Amino acid sequence: MQVFSPGLVLALKVGTLATFSALIASLFLWRRYIALQPAIGDPVAQVVPFSHKHHVGDDGIDCRYCHTSVANSAFAGIPPLSTCMTCHSQLFTTAPVLAPLRTAFAGERRLSWNRVYDLPDFVYFDHSIHIAKGIGCSSCHGRVDQMPLTERQAPLSMQWCLGCHRAPENYLRPPGQIFNMRWRPAAAQHQLGAQLRRFYHLHSTRLLTSCSTCHH
Amino acid sequence: MDRREFMKLMSAALALAAGGCAHPPLEQIIPYTDGQDATDSGEPLYFATALTENGYAQGVLVRSNSGRPTKVEGNPRHPASFGASSPIAQGRILELWDPERSRAVLHDGNITSWDELITMLTARLARLQQAGGAGLRLLTRSSSSPTVLALIDATLARYPQARWHHYEAINHDNVHEGTRLAFGRRLEPVYHFDRALAVLALEADFLGCAPGKVRHARDYIQLRRPDDAHAPMSRLYAIECMPSITGASADYRLALPSSRIGAIAAELAARLAHGGKTSSAWLEAAAADLELHRGRSLVLAGESQPAAVHALAHRMNGMLGNLGTTVDFIQPPAEVRELADASLTALSADMHAGHVDTLLILDGNPVYDAPADLDFAGALQRVPASIHFGLMVDETAARCAWHVPAAHELETWGDARAYDGTLTIQQPLIAPLYGGKSAIELLGLLTGQLGFTSHDVVRATWRQRFGDQQLDERWREALRTGLVADTASAFETVTLLEAPPPVSLAPGELAADELEIVFRPDPYVWDGRYAQVAWLQELPRPLTQLTWDNAAMMSPRQAGRLSLENHELIELDLQGRTTQVPVWIVPGHADGAITLMLGWGRTAAGAVGSRRGASAYALRSSNAPWFARGLKVSRLGRRQALASVGDHHRMDGRDIIRGASLEAYRAQPDFARRQADIAPPETLYPDYAYPGHAWGMSIDLTSCIGCGACTIACQAENNIPTVGKQQVLMGREMHWIRVDRYDEGPPSAPRTTFQPVPCMQCEHAPCETVCPVEASVHDAEGINVQVYNRCVGTRFCENNCPYKVRRFNFFRYAPDTPSLDAMRNPDVTVRMRGVMEKCNYCLQRVVRARIVADRDNRTLHDGEVVTACQAACPTQAISFGDLNDPRSQVRIAKSSPRNYALLGDLDTRPRTTYLARIVNTAAEKPA
Repeated sequence: MQVFSPGLVLALKVGTLATFSALIASLFLWRRYIALQPAIGDPVAQVVPFSHKHHVGDDGIDCRYCHTSVANSAFAGIPPLSTCMTCHSQLFTTAPVLAPLRTAFAGERRLSWNRVYDLPDFVYFDHSIHIAKGIGCSSCHGRVDQMPLTERQAPLSMQWCLGCHRAPENYLRPPGQIFNMRWRPAAAQHQLGAQLRRFYHLHSTRLLTSCSTCHH
Repeated sequence: MDRREFMKLMSAALALAAGGCAHPPLEQIIPYTDGQDATDSGEPLYFATALTENGYAQGVLVRSNSGRPTKVEGNPRHPASFGASSPIAQGRILELWDPERSRAVLHDGNITSWDELITMLTARLARLQQAGGAGLRLLTRSSSSPTVLALIDATLARYPQARWHHYEAINHDNVHEGTRLAFGRRLEPVYHFDRALAVLALEADFLGCAPGKVRHARDYIQLRRPDDAHAPMSRLYAIECMPSITGASADYRLALPSSRIGAIAAELAARLAHGGKTSSAWLEAAAADLELHRGRSLVLAGESQPAAVHALAHRMNGMLGNLGTTVDFIQPPAEVRELADASLTALSADMHAGHVDTLLILDGNPVYDAPADLDFAGALQRVPASIHFGLMVDETAARCAWHVPAAHELETWGDARAYDGTLTIQQPLIAPLYGGKSAIELLGLLTGQLGFTSHDVVRATWRQRFGDQQLDERWREALRTGLVADTASAFETVTLLEAPPPVSLAPGELAADELEIVFRPDPYVWDGRYAQVAWLQELPRPLTQLTWDNAAMMSPRQAGRLSLENHELIELDLQGRTTQVPVWIVPGHADGAITLMLGWGRTAAGAVGSRRGASAYALRSSNAPWFARGLKVSRLGRRQALASVGDHHRMDGRDIIRGASLEAYRAQPDFARRQADIAPPETLYPDYAYPGHAWGMSIDLTSCIGCGACTIACQAENNIPTVGKQQVLMGREMHWIRVDRYDEGPPSAPRTTFQPVPCMQCEHAPCETVCPVEASVHDAEGINVQVYNRCVGTRFCENNCPYKVRRFNFFRYAPDTPSLDAMRNPDVTVRMRGVMEKCNYCLQRVVRARIVADRDNRTLHDGEVVTACQAACPTQAISFGDLNDPRSQVRIAKSSPRNYALLGDLDTRPRTTYLARIVNTAAEKPA
């Protein structure tokens, strides 16, 4: 006598399949949940809705006016509140969106920015050397001059880092173009890149892709 | 449990597990408010200051990462450092960040406030002032600070009947009394080891314990450079009871109980004065050598030898014409109006007699470290108002009515003198973490100067010295350079007293069954004040390799006589005072004596330092602070395991240490070369090319004195955890560079050689071929790197490493302690559980230097990358650099015929190689 009816067998098969699919789906959901926040292209909410679009795009303020240590330190630098107040003690002095800035500057409450780009702690990235060797801001940070709220543009995965370290010539810019938001590689980039690679005395690809270049 | 219940529990567990997983928290960036503070770009800054040991300043540069002091380096300009540092100086960073530091003013153990203390003290002082300050006592440690001493003088002027006492458990009473016996006044000798060709050290551990030890080591090694055929090599004779690093470094060493050294010194003095013969060939050779190098020889005695022995040493130097050439004398840098032992004895007697009304203990722990016969704890009970000022709520704080948290030396302003008198203005690296006060602020209370910061007071002192005109300029210059120029004390003109006061020199020979106890300073926890510094606890003692404990140390023959073995617990009985301690057999120790290190057996040091080892102070009495006869030993029939990191000091026929006498080296310079060094075996694999830099290291065993500074410097630089005694017992210590010790020759008189062993960075690395995930790989500049984020912890690499330099994180050793997180070097990953780690030639320093050079479009020059061990080494035994650069220091070092690879016959082709040890003995076959 048949113990399992064909209907039951079908139900079992479908059930097993459904369980597996659910497991896999939850695994992906979980991966997404524990992934580095925020996701690429998600504008990150801030206490003061600081707009790079306005400051960089509309006003034309240079990156280094605020990120002062980008050329000589690993850390690009977050401007002190006094930098904000050079203008905002005169402009928008009563604007409600700037209230947290004013209270913080008066020393009443701290102002803290949510981090947009966050590398794992075992990776060491140095802004200054990338600036010195012809990698422009927008190559990693995207067109911040078009971002009302700053959002992450690059995955910061190891594969992404190595993509450039294996072939930096694809991304190298001439020295004057580092802070140019509108710079795009031209058709002859491979030719220019090879020249720039020599110009900047870049190390061998073997050294650039050694583990120890970024992990120590 | 039925099915339903099982399902319920499991689903609950699953839900919890899922809920427990969360993405990393969103990090926040908090901007500075004021642009003035925003000069911090995250790049490290170095500040020059000084750390004091027993009141003597040691010049340092402290690295500050975003305002957090993270590492101590030596100050190249400072005469007591010359860029090098000591294990204790390195460990002071951990002391600063210790989460167990005292945080509040305490009254009878209850938290109160600084204002309460001021109210109490002001009322009390007003009353005392009417009686001229009678009953007011001040107890400090040894101090060389002009500001502190001026404040003490001001206090004494305001309260004429008050008295100032000072005490150090490891003091220089004998040194100062010795010069008084010899020259009629208390002076401090300054030795010039860079001029002394024949040195006799009478239990003088000038490389390990003396105030100028780091400088001594540098000077001493100037005359120990065998590769220069024209440079003379000095010869060191050492007589000591317990083997020390100075004894291990000596060319000739004689083991004698401490009480017998005086008699030998007297015999030698008579021989030098009147000629004739001495009782032993050893002494005869020493006498002949000292005489041969008249004017360039040196006799010195250690702080543990009686004043009469010091006086004898000075007399011998006088006879040999060494006064003013190899030894000079200066006013003692630390104030000595009275001797420390006498000072504390007088205070203790007055306290017992009820003459003390208010006692201010300014940084000191006499309840723990006073001699047992003074019963200081009992005396404290008779003092109505006792105030303790210190970093920790220690043994003394617990017995005082009041306790005031002290600011660390790196948190406050101050000034101090080095061993040669050079002054440094100490600057703070950080505001007091726990609201501690400086001694200067507390002394200000006594003199009625309220509301002054230590900065105001120190600057006022220097305003007097510099003058108003030059104050700003010279103050800034002093802070920038870490010393006040031209402040080394002037050498005094000394004349030996015609007839030395008659002194009795030590008793005669020990009877066959007589035993002597010898107390020695612990090289790392010192008199006990650094017991809470885990780095120093876990740093193996150079001669015993012991960690976390002290032991009753004796010679193999003595242990045989008493039928004792290692780890066996015994009771030491000295005139009715007892302590229990396990046995440790030390080859080269003198027969007839047992040595116990001071500084152990703390009861209120904190979680790290309490209940480690046995207290030697329980046996120590004020009339015999360093050694005493009449020791009785009884067995307790129990064992107490001691954690030693090295249990194999023989080489078993392998060529681990290579060495020869100077003569043999001159005759056959390539004695250290073996077949493997000349022609490495054939290999199937092609060699890698290193067109850029190729890093390499050379370690000179002739220079290494075994002090351990490299190990601690590495630990601080590379965020290496300590693991605790239990883990050390399992062989799981984490040091990336260890200092191995090897004994050759008979156990009664071995020749001890130290060998620092970091990762060899093998070119044919056995670890790399077995790693299944390629976490152990070579980088493009030849460094064998360990990629933590790849490592899955199979430990194959550790198993395949012939040098045992790979260390595994069996547990999560880095605790979640905010203060310790702040201490870590931000340039180095903090490793997690299950990850292998090891030396990587301070990769972070290589990368940082490379980035700085690349930014300027230039190549790295030799000496730009300095590893942490290399920087700390007092004798510059370690050279590091680019093997492709023919003029690099490391290439020059490796071109010496003494160069050899450790276990080179395994064809691992190490990048770290050694230079064979050369000793200046008369004749010895190459080993």
